[in-house]
Amino acid sequence: MTTINFMVILSAVLFAIGVLGVLTRRNAIMIFMSVELMLNAANLAFVAFGQKWGQLDGQMFVFFVMAVAAAEVAVGLALIVTIFHSKRSTDVDDLSTLKG
Amino acid sequence: MTELPIYIILGIVSIGSAIGLLLSRNAVHGALFLVLNFGVAAIFYFMMNAPFLGVIQISVYAGAIMVLFVFVIMLLGAERLAAVDTGARIRASRFVLIACVSVLVISVAYAVLGQSAPALASAAPIDSSPLAIGMRLFNDYTFPFEVVSILLLVAMVGSVVLARSK
Repeated sequence: MTTINFMVILSAVLFAIGVLGVLTRRNAIMIFMSVELMLNAANLAFVAFGQKWGQLDGQMFVFFVMAVAAAEVAVGLALIVTIFHSKRSTDVDDLSTLKG
Repeated sequence: MTELPIYIILGIVSIGSAIGLLLSRNAVHGALFLVLNFGVAAIFYFMMNAPFLGVIQISVYAGAIMVLFVFVIMLLGAERLAAVDTGARIRASRFVLIACVSVLVISVAYAVLGQSAPALASAAPIDSSPLAIGMRLFNDYTFPFEVVSILLLVAMVGSVVLARSK
């Protein structure tokens, strides 16, 4: 097993743990942190493959993913704060008013 | 590869901190587990010839983004999380979910370990200095760079509009 193989498998495991977090946790902030974990797993795979093929493009993509993640966190946390102000809760099960 | 034991030890820390995030009862503990996970990822970047990304990972992810998370958790006073619901149906669906995710991981591991492509020994170590990344960023990736700058501006204005008190 080379380090590239190891990194790809580690990336898959971290992504899977992130999926489990998103689907099993009920707190909006914990779901959000699990999404960050998944983004990070994808970044690790990008860098590993970029190193394997001798290309800088993998690292460039990680750069852009980080910028988008920063924007996403800012807007997402603002949404959570706004929802908390109106609902007094960060539990996603309480946000069912659009269910019909 | 002589580095593989180091990779495996760091990988165990990384997976352990991710599971700690998954199972944490306290949101602040979860955030600290995630900081540990990001720190290990930064070490991986350093080891995989990406020093610029390693520094960015620490300063942007483990620094700025996680400070924002901890700030919001403490602002809302939401660090105590409700006990996880363990009804029979929830537990059954969780078991199915874990089985599906395990299939995903095992299939990836099988595909990676079962491949017989020759090792790419000819790939020379790339120049990943900040200079090289900057040259690439402003020559080949100018348009995405501008789009990201507009995205960050929109996110900044949007979060200020969303979070201001009425």
